[in-house]
Amino acid sequence: MKLIKELWNYREMIISLVKRDLKSRYKGSVLGFLWMFLNPLLQLCVYTAVFSVIMKSGIEKYYLFLFVALVPWIFFSMCLAGGTTVIFAQQDMVKKIYFPRQVLPISFATSQFVNMILSFIIIFIVVFFSGIGLHAKALIFLPLVMLIEYILALGVTFLTSALTVYFRDLEHILGIISMAWMYLTPILYDVTSVPEEFLPIFNLNPMTPIIVAYRDILYYGKAPQVNTLLNAFILGILVLGIGEVTFAILQRHFVEEL
Amino acid sequence: MKDDNVIEVKNITKKFKIYYDKGKMLKEKVLFWKRNKYDEHWVLNGISFEVKRGEAVGLIGHNGCGKSTTLKILTGIMYPDSGTIELKGRVSSLLELGAGFHPDMSGRENIYINASIFGLSRKEIDRRVDDIIEFSELGAYIDNPVRTYSSGMYMRLAFSVAINVDADILLVDEILAVGDVNFQAKCFNKLVDIKKKGTTIVIVSHSMGQIEEICDRSIWIHEGLIRTEGIPRKVHKEYLTYMGEIRKGKISVLNNIASTQESVDNEEETVQENKQADENMKDGNHRGTGEAKILCIETRNKRGEKVEVFSTDEPITFRVHYEVYEEVQNALFGLSIFRNDGIRCYGSNSRADGIPTFTLKNSGYFEIEFTNNQLLQGKYYVDVCIAVGIDDMVDYFDTVCNFEVYSLYEDIGTIRMEHKWRINVGE
Repeated sequence: MKLIKELWNYREMIISLVKRDLKSRYKGSVLGFLWMFLNPLLQLCVYTAVFSVIMKSGIEKYYLFLFVALVPWIFFSMCLAGGTTVIFAQQDMVKKIYFPRQVLPISFATSQFVNMILSFIIIFIVVFFSGIGLHAKALIFLPLVMLIEYILALGVTFLTSALTVYFRDLEHILGIISMAWMYLTPILYDVTSVPEEFLPIFNLNPMTPIIVAYRDILYYGKAPQVNTLLNAFILGILVLGIGEVTFAILQRHFVEEL
Repeated sequence: MKDDNVIEVKNITKKFKIYYDKGKMLKEKVLFWKRNKYDEHWVLNGISFEVKRGEAVGLIGHNGCGKSTTLKILTGIMYPDSGTIELKGRVSSLLELGAGFHPDMSGRENIYINASIFGLSRKEIDRRVDDIIEFSELGAYIDNPVRTYSSGMYMRLAFSVAINVDADILLVDEILAVGDVNFQAKCFNKLVDIKKKGTTIVIVSHSMGQIEEICDRSIWIHEGLIRTEGIPRKVHKEYLTYMGEIRKGKISVLNNIASTQESVDNEEETVQENKQADENMKDGNHRGTGEAKILCIETRNKRGEKVEVFSTDEPITFRVHYEVYEEVQNALFGLSIFRNDGIRCYGSNSRADGIPTFTLKNSGYFEIEFTNNQLLQGKYYVDVCIAVGIDDMVDYFDTVCNFEVYSLYEDIGTIRMEHKWRINVGE
């Protein structure tokens, strides 16, 4: 409770860091902010070319099927792998100034989150013109799903950012973990193609229900099942809890370990 | 916590692990776990102190004594291994200036980022931003990117933000060396203002002078423990004497060779004459490199008689005898007058008064005459020094030569200031 109150006092710092991150990311490039939209758009072009022309899969509008799952996944994997640099990048600040350390992972995850939301503008446009269309009944669930994913991603950022200070190998290990995790999450395939006996294990993966929900909303144009949402929510909160507790304990010796 | 306390530190300890060969990689941790041997180095061994609201406290001690660690623990950057710390109110620290500055953003944008790191909300920053810009003296440059700033401008901006946070407790670590002389003075005055407003201040500094001017109390930390605390001037005297002894120990071998040779040749009758006077002096302490030494100080009136009581308006001449053991180049003399409660009433040195530095070869004396002594009633003593530059003391002889001043005037204070009244009482 005390932490939440303190973080509230430091909200301006979180906002500033997010702004600084977003502003500086494309600073110096000719197209600047446009890259935020161009990036996902160009990715989409590649997927379309590969999966509609070269490697045809049985799934209708596969590029879209993939894209609506991939954008949320990129957000998550950025938090997973990129979280490792969060504390290091700001070590001068961490060593010299007091502020609740949680501010750093929070602003990192938030900045990635904002990035994802901007990518969604492209998704909306594509979904709209692809013939699937946007369904209001389904779309009202979108913010909820995003929020749940944010909670999960934040928990993961807490974990990885704190642990890397102590074990620097994690940065490299996480690259592999991230790749394996992606293939174990129904991003390239549909969750229905997972063999029945493995489903319980699949559902323990907190990203599975989230991806399923995104796809329900944007690809199938229907509201996600309550079960799916509940599953995602519980796992998300659990990860956030573990992440925050770990972070709170480990941050006490950040200054000495850096 | 007691009501009027804002900081309570109880028995804090802190140890650092010093690894012989630290393996940060997981592989190394697993494979070479035996190699992860480390020494435990105790930096703090149980420090307790309290600070009252509005009090200013200075932490002093030699390098590595634990004073900066104490400050870091107070700030909340580090956690003690045992013991408790309580602080009341908003804490701001001047430990690192310009944290979070982004070179591509304008000074104004950086004010917002930097101030937010101190925990200010947007509204609070909006309220302060004009003060900050004004204090920084950056004027129109404020909207230029920070990377175009000179390092002085950069530090000025950073300091302005930090000092305008309006904290209840301000923690300062040796950073009053910002910008040019004028700006330094401004920072210092701002600190005095802040203290006057009732902000509690804790300063870590090697500048005893600064601490003496601001702080009500000094805490001398020695090897992780509090050695003494009390009135700054008293504590500093003890500390400087101690440091002087350490230094003497280090250089005594060199000096012994030189001084034994020369002191034999330089034995003069003035020394004999002044032996008695030397004994009259109490409390005095020498510190410095010791190539020359101050023997005694006399106070004389305008007829050249040795007296120890003067009246306001009566000229005072100080005659300072010194002995030279080894040639001192670029030397200067300095003298300060203190009232017996520790207030420095006046101080100057020969170089500051425009006399070029000189080479001291032979023992002798110098005089400084105050032709129009304006000190008011009280007991006084002086500090005298022979120095090479301001900080390089050849000999600093403090708290010597007690004299008294009586005044026929009724005004109060330390020094009489010439003034005129213009009174306009309405009919």
